Amino acid sequence: MSQLFISASPHIRSKNTTTRVMLDVIIALMPAVVASFLLFGGRSLLLVATSVATAVLAEFLFNLICKKENTLYDLSAVVTGILLALNVPVSLPLWQIAVGSAFAIIAVKGLFGGIGQNFANPAIAARIMMILSFGGTMSVFHYPADTVASATPLAMISGGAERMLPDTLDLFLGRYAGCIGETCSLALILGGVYLLIRKVISWHTPVAFIGTVFVGSFIFSMPPVAEILTGGLLLGAIFMATDYSTTPITKSGKLIFGFGCGLITLLIRKWGSYPEGVSFAILFMNILTPYIEKWTVSKPLGGAKK
Amino acid sequence: MLGFSLPGVRVPHRKTTAHMPAVTMPPPALVTIPMQQHIGAPATPIVKVGDNVTVGQVIANAGGYVSSPIHASISGVVKAIDQVQLTNGTFSPAIVIASDGEMTPCPSLAPVSVTNYDEFITAVRDSGAVGFGGAGFPTSVKLDIKDTSCVDTILINIAECEPYITSDTQTVMADTDYIVYAIKALHQFLNANNIIIGIEKNKPQCIKRLSVATQELSYVTIKSLPSLYPQGGEKVMIYNTTGRVVPEGKLPIDVGVIVINCTTLAAIAKYILTGMPVVSKCLTVDGSAIASPKNVIVPIGTPISDVIDFCGGYKAEPCKILYGGPMMGIAVNELTAPVLKNNNAILAFDAKDAAEPKTTPCIRCGKCVSQCPVNLNPVLISKAYRNNDTAALEELKVNLCMECGCCSYICPTKQPLVHRNKLSKVMLRNAKAKEEKK
Repeated sequence: MSQLFISASPHIRSKNTTTRVMLDVIIALMPAVVASFLLFGGRSLLLVATSVATAVLAEFLFNLICKKENTLYDLSAVVTGILLALNVPVSLPLWQIAVGSAFAIIAVKGLFGGIGQNFANPAIAARIMMILSFGGTMSVFHYPADTVASATPLAMISGGAERMLPDTLDLFLGRYAGCIGETCSLALILGGVYLLIRKVISWHTPVAFIGTVFVGSFIFSMPPVAEILTGGLLLGAIFMATDYSTTPITKSGKLIFGFGCGLITLLIRKWGSYPEGVSFAILFMNILTPYIEKWTVSKPLGGAKK
Repeated sequence: MLGFSLPGVRVPHRKTTAHMPAVTMPPPALVTIPMQQHIGAPATPIVKVGDNVTVGQVIANAGGYVSSPIHASISGVVKAIDQVQLTNGTFSPAIVIASDGEMTPCPSLAPVSVTNYDEFITAVRDSGAVGFGGAGFPTSVKLDIKDTSCVDTILINIAECEPYITSDTQTVMADTDYIVYAIKALHQFLNANNIIIGIEKNKPQCIKRLSVATQELSYVTIKSLPSLYPQGGEKVMIYNTTGRVVPEGKLPIDVGVIVINCTTLAAIAKYILTGMPVVSKCLTVDGSAIASPKNVIVPIGTPISDVIDFCGGYKAEPCKILYGGPMMGIAVNELTAPVLKNNNAILAFDAKDAAEPKTTPCIRCGKCVSQCPVNLNPVLISKAYRNNDTAALEELKVNLCMECGCCSYICPTKQPLVHRNKLSKVMLRNAKAKEEKK
């Protein structure tokens, strides 16, 4: 008989893996990708493909050059690639999304130590870099894709043209100008429900985030339904504010994180120079995450008080 | 307070032996009986090499108050008194008995008369009973309370929450009368007026059997609990049945509860009623490498290899062999290792089941935190461990970890979280010892 294998308990493990978690997120993003194609046409798929290919290539080369283990199998680069593409307008030049995608993987994730080590959400940070670097192309929105540029609902609100808002059904189905993956609320909610069922995310962050914006809209006399259905709020709250690496671990921490995101989004939308504020809000809260975790460390059952 | 149970993980049940009544194994040629099969002082041998011994004869006396006597598990001749290495790496003297093949019971064994608390505790001590749930704490010490009024609840643990294991199930089905006798004794001698039987829902046959058997006993309640690992953890079961929290550094008795395993109870009753002490143990033998999984009644000290041979040997090459269940069991390095009092299973895994999964970087998903029954934060504990930060380890209450393994089980990146918790406890203990020396 060969040597018996010795290891520490437990001797069975759950089937869950990082790859499975990321695959679930990819599955959950599929409705939004399909919606982007239906609403904005084939060019949106080209943006997604370019972004994913660049992200994968960037991760592969980064690990190769740094002599690190190849981590493409975990599919996190694919998730970042899709998320970033869903956050840009349909008319964005392909080289710009490629630059953004490489920035997300190399500067925001790789240089901080790779998966699980980055302090900021790669797609969010890359998007903000692109807004600042490619201001002209990142702020031109078309709906449908081949028409002249039009204002997003939030731009209408901040421009005082609330009466021009599309009706609620159009807002829900995404028939308005915006980033390719942020407009169709239905698709995003479907993805969110899937992630909740698969227990990939918990309800705490999205509910706190969306709830804060909804309630706050009444207080700041903004149109609540349009505020939560547009401006990438659902995309951010469901897919980006629930990123594991950059948000608090504990339930109470997630509630605080979601509340903070909602509050900052409201403040930027109401008084900021940008009509939307989801990306900035999440990035800001990413930075606060270590502090939130310190305040909300779990209380062990039976732990003696000091 | 109730209707709310602590978190845990849904492990696969794999209780394929649940409906296989235990069969008694013929005596092995040789048994090796370690003197350390319990928490506390090792027992002191009272036989010499060459002595003839019979089943149930005392061969070693308790080595102190926190200790337990040890009895011959087969009849035959004492061949040697040697040092053996136990699975935790420490050495213990052990009495080796060569079988005469007869299994002659010790002629002096007779039912024990128990009429009061002191006689009951003496009987429990003499029976050799220790915590059969796994810890091996001498039962007489657990029940020896200065003042019976400080205990208001006795909790009988039949959770059997580890996958594969069904030995407690067999004991409940075969020894119902012994268990009921012991429950009555606890009621009489410890004035226990609230005896709760805590049992996982996946054992309906046991629940039915016990509810019929305890129908007349008004002080007994049966609580059927969700099959959520680690339901059988002492603190978990206390919380889930009574809502009480055992504080850090305290024992169940400090919140008025004594927890006792059902097989331990049956062993005590058997000793009182027949005079036969703990000489054998019911084990579940299962796993992907075992040809014919069974529940087997095995003499203490039998080599694992003999037990596996009795179960038809292997159907695949065994790559990992466990004492106990897959969540908390210990991997053994040699097949000559003997069966101990607190064993309840032997599992043999083939290459596929024994393979260690690949560890990938932590993604901070937080599953280890949300599934921890006592709400620890294994992510931060691992970080503090890597940084040698004993102050943080203390702050994070790593000593509350019951080492159930939920965190390692649920982790998608297969981090050895519970193992780091164990190492952290050692680190903390060493740091404290160092500080005291100063």
